[in-house]
Amino acid sequence: MAEIPDEEFILKTTSACAGCSASLILRYVTKAAGKDTVLVIPACCTSVIQGVYPNTAVNVPVYNVAFASAAAVASGMSEAFRAVGKKTNVICFAGDGGTVDIGIQALSGALERGTDFLYICYDNEAYSNTGMQRSGATPIGAKTTTTPLGKNEYKKDLDAIVEAHNPVYMATACSAYPVDLYNKVKKALSIPGPKFIHVLSPCPPGWRFPSEKTIELGKLAVTSGMWLLYERENGKLTITGASKAAMKKSTPIEDYLKAQGRFRTATPEDIAMLKENSKRKMARLAHEAEAQAAEAEEA
Amino acid sequence: MKVKLAISKPTVGASGKTGSWRTFRPVVSHETCTKCGNCYRFCPDAAIDTEFNIDYDFCKGCGICVEVCPKSCIKLIREDE
Ligand SMILES: Cc1ncc(C[n+]2csc(CCOP(=O)(O)OP(=O)(O)O)c2C)c(N)n1
Ligand code: SF4
Ligand SMILES: [Mg+2]
Repeated sequence: MAEIPDEEFILKTTSACAGCSASLILRYVTKAAGKDTVLVIPACCTSVIQGVYPNTAVNVPVYNVAFASAAAVASGMSEAFRAVGKKTNVICFAGDGGTVDIGIQALSGALERGTDFLYICYDNEAYSNTGMQRSGATPIGAKTTTTPLGKNEYKKDLDAIVEAHNPVYMATACSAYPVDLYNKVKKALSIPGPKFIHVLSPCPPGWRFPSEKTIELGKLAVTSGMWLLYERENGKLTITGASKAAMKKSTPIEDYLKAQGRFRTATPEDIAMLKENSKRKMARLAHEAEAQAAEAEEA
Repeated sequence: MKVKLAISKPTVGASGKTGSWRTFRPVVSHETCTKCGNCYRFCPDAAIDTEFNIDYDFCKGCGICVEVCPKSCIKLIREDE
């Protein structure tokens, strides 16, 4: 296990809600990235929680940019740093709305161009900063202010979209496993080229659970198989952490759903679809891991 | 032409003293603490130091530390008590 530095780059404190995953994730991302880093942040909770102008809680440079532009801005920034021989980490830190909906073309472009940067999407499964409207990342059955009876559509499969670009490194993570997140950010930043990490980010007011349950919620998401932890290095898939056990035997998805107010109106059909979707994803990953293992054996 | 940029400076207390948000105050019993580090590790606001002292100027009272302590040695006490 990596020794995590005690130095903090998020000064006391952000203005995030009590128990916010985004704050916790930012704490570990900056610990892993260190001082020689620039964060590019599009409109999201993280643009606001930095503090009140002219002060900021974030002790690395931050470039706050327009919603759709994060990955495009990072592209230019990375090119400029490399042109003058600087190795500075360029990291986009964006919400799910700013990634799966609004910023997706800029992200796709940067991945395709092979930009040397890391894109982190912290996923609280809605437009939280503006009061919890549904996003393309909101799961079926979840109540938001714009889906008062629960969302009818599937959560967009962002990871499949990113994977189709063949980035040098991509991973999933969850705020409940900060050491795993730290290790993945470290590894990503050690590889030149386009990298992507998708972090599940339980949000107490948005998902409607008490602030002290943030870690428990993240763990329930992973142990139930609703969220899968893995990484791909140049395409090579590795299931990581608690998902290894969850893929063999998962805890009931109901335990995860019942711990949150947003699924209170979820119908039995919604729950069946969530289960089916999780099963399908696990089967697909397991199949791919097996196929890769067989291929490696042949070679 | 003079260009003025809106640049913020890193400052402790950039969001004010967020300790005033608390309804409940987490209190660590250092006698029963086994120094596992979970409270320090999981605090979203780094308001607990490596000696497991809580900075009450900034602790928002989310209660995560209470939940992640395997020895139940952090208790929540109402602020008005
Ligand atoms: C072009 C544009 N449209 C709308 C907004 C308003 N807005 C600011 S933050 C936000 C929500 C962002 O959601 P997400 O990306 O999921 O991040 P989160 O707030 O959930 O952390 C919205 C709609 C904006 N700033 N710019
Ligand atoms: S709304 Fe959610 S994501 Fe935004 S600051 Fe609050 S807890 Fe964090
Ligand atoms: Mg969001």
